[in-house]
Amino acid sequence: MSEPIRKIEAPVRLEFTVEAGRALTRFLSSIVEERIVGRRCPECTKVYVPARSSCPTCGVPMSEDVTVADTGTLTTFCIVNVPFEGQTMKLPYVYGAIVLDGADLPILHLVQGIPANEVRMGLRVKAEWTPPEERPASLEAIRWFTPSGEPDAPFDAYKEHL
Amino acid sequence: MAIATDPAKAPETAASPRRLAASYVLEYTYRRSVGPVIGRFLGALRDGRIEGVRTASGKVMVPPSEYDPETSEALSEFVAVGDAGVVTTWAWVSEPRPRQPLAKPFAWALIKLDGADTPLLHAVDAGTIDAMSTGMRVKVRWRAERKGGIGDIECFVPEGGAR
Amino acid sequence: MRDVAIVSFANHITSHAEGDDVEMLVPVITEALRAANLKKKEIGFTVSGSCDYLGGRPFSFVMALDAVGAWPPIEESHVEMDGAFALYEAWVRLQHGDIDTALIYAFGRSTTGSTRDVLATQLDPYVMAPLWPDSVGLAALQARAMLDAGTCTEREMAQVAARSRRSKKPGPGAHTFAEMQAGDLLGLPYTTAPLRAHDCAPDSDGVAAMVLVAGDRAKKLTSRPAWIRGIDHRIEAHQLGVRDLTKSVSTALAAEKAGALGKSFDVAEIHAPFSHQEILVRKALGLAGDVEINPSGGALVGNPYIVAGLDRIGEAARRIHDGSAKSAVAHATSGPCLQQNLVCVLSEG
Repeated sequence: MSEPIRKIEAPVRLEFTVEAGRALTRFLSSIVEERIVGRRCPECTKVYVPARSSCPTCGVPMSEDVTVADTGTLTTFCIVNVPFEGQTMKLPYVYGAIVLDGADLPILHLVQGIPANEVRMGLRVKAEWTPPEERPASLEAIRWFTPSGEPDAPFDAYKEHL
Repeated sequence: MAIATDPAKAPETAASPRRLAASYVLEYTYRRSVGPVIGRFLGALRDGRIEGVRTASGKVMVPPSEYDPETSEALSEFVAVGDAGVVTTWAWVSEPRPRQPLAKPFAWALIKLDGADTPLLHAVDAGTIDAMSTGMRVKVRWRAERKGGIGDIECFVPEGGAR
Repeated sequence: MRDVAIVSFANHITSHAEGDDVEMLVPVITEALRAANLKKKEIGFTVSGSCDYLGGRPFSFVMALDAVGAWPPIEESHVEMDGAFALYEAWVRLQHGDIDTALIYAFGRSTTGSTRDVLATQLDPYVMAPLWPDSVGLAALQARAMLDAGTCTEREMAQVAARSRRSKKPGPGAHTFAEMQAGDLLGLPYTTAPLRAHDCAPDSDGVAAMVLVAGDRAKKLTSRPAWIRGIDHRIEAHQLGVRDLTKSVSTALAAEKAGALGKSFDVAEIHAPFSHQEILVRKALGLAGDVEINPSGGALVGNPYIVAGLDRIGEAARRIHDGSAKSAVAHATSGPCLQQNLVCVLSEG
């Protein structure tokens, strides 16, 4: 009898062409023009960023586009200290939830321009845009967020977004 | 994941929404435990032999399975079978897809090996569709460097060589 | 058993969808609810069918929940299978007796990736999947086995394709096919012999939604509910070599358990992604010669993976809803070479 095999390599590789839907296309084609577009739900009136087609809470179509600011408030964050494959940032770095002014739901993005141990909830931040000629149609059109210099937002101003 | 198309500057209209598309590859490097029955089958392939397993009703299954498809009993009686057999059905692939056993036109076939009662799925390198027929005899073409996988059988070829 | 009826159905099938999954689903779910005279909040159970590998996105059903809204939290389930099997789960759920209504939906974009490759990943991962056998190649093995056994002919296969293409005028965005006679189709070259292009369903994008209602409430909500008089599904072994590919034992058994055998039907909707499979299923269902088969055109003219099975049941129900049929049998399949089959018997009364 032969020595039995215990394990096999069984890789799966599948190739796709993903297409953005109508709402996401709206968001992505605006962000290359330095505009951040969300959509407002007609029922709960919340503004979702990035724009999506349907309110996940109410389950109704959203059609009203709302341009929101590229400034906002850091609601919560983490400090990344662990290296992993594909990492491009220098450790330690901060990744957080940012509610843009005019939006009701946070986006997740990097926070730079401040030592990691000084980052705090309520920090006011501003987008640092990539140069127009190299700007991708994705959230990476914003390189990261940096402190805007404004006073911190009081907890009550963002507690509902946590 | 990379955005493959530049967003056009023209505004979206209801009739002609711009489409943003991106190519995207999903890849999983699965490593699977094969268990004692498949493990023995694959170990035999690496050594250039084919083994099946005998079921409760006396049938020899190739490839083997851990449990009897009829009674669900655990199976463990291994039986050596031949490395040649008969094509029970086949399909001609004129345009092979990436990762399939052969890059040139070939046949998928179910092949009942000598001594087996159930047929095995594999490729037949017959050259042309005209060389294929149900009931024809084929034999294994072993891969020179075998590592214990179904791919240790490179493919089957018509017995007596391709016409 | 509780009486359960399909009270509404809506679908959208296209050769290439414009919107994303949610954008495709919203109008179709809205229409299914409208036709059922129900509001979203009145749905007791929601269940969907989708396939993550099809779009290359894990947990694809989570995003799709945007189309129904999951707040306050809803009672929801999901199958990584055709929507027809989600329908089965909903029917079982309604048998519990505590709720009366269920929404079922399915979504599938076959054009995002390659369905042929995606379907190879459902095969045995040890001795089949490493060879990457494509779904068309495996179906062609079955077709050859049937031709050799004399259980179908290439002309009968071409007749199935010709009839499917004649059955329905394509709607906006649907696949368009030249209408051809079976004899002319036989003159076309093989793609994966013995299959020709017309023997194989196209890759489509699509969504379907359906509302089930139990008991008297179904009669109150709509004038012609399509009552589910029997439903069953059966599966066979995954190794092709241990199956007789020229028969569909699981379809026949599901048909028996669903009470479909020996009955006459006005309409049969058969989920056959390949022409020879319709012939095989027709025999397994024991259909009489006068049954109208696939008036919708079937999967051969529009085949969004994951949706096409639910779509067959919905199209059969639609014929009862509009009064053009009194009874129907619908079939849905999953897995290579008709591995798993569901049979559903529908009636106006």
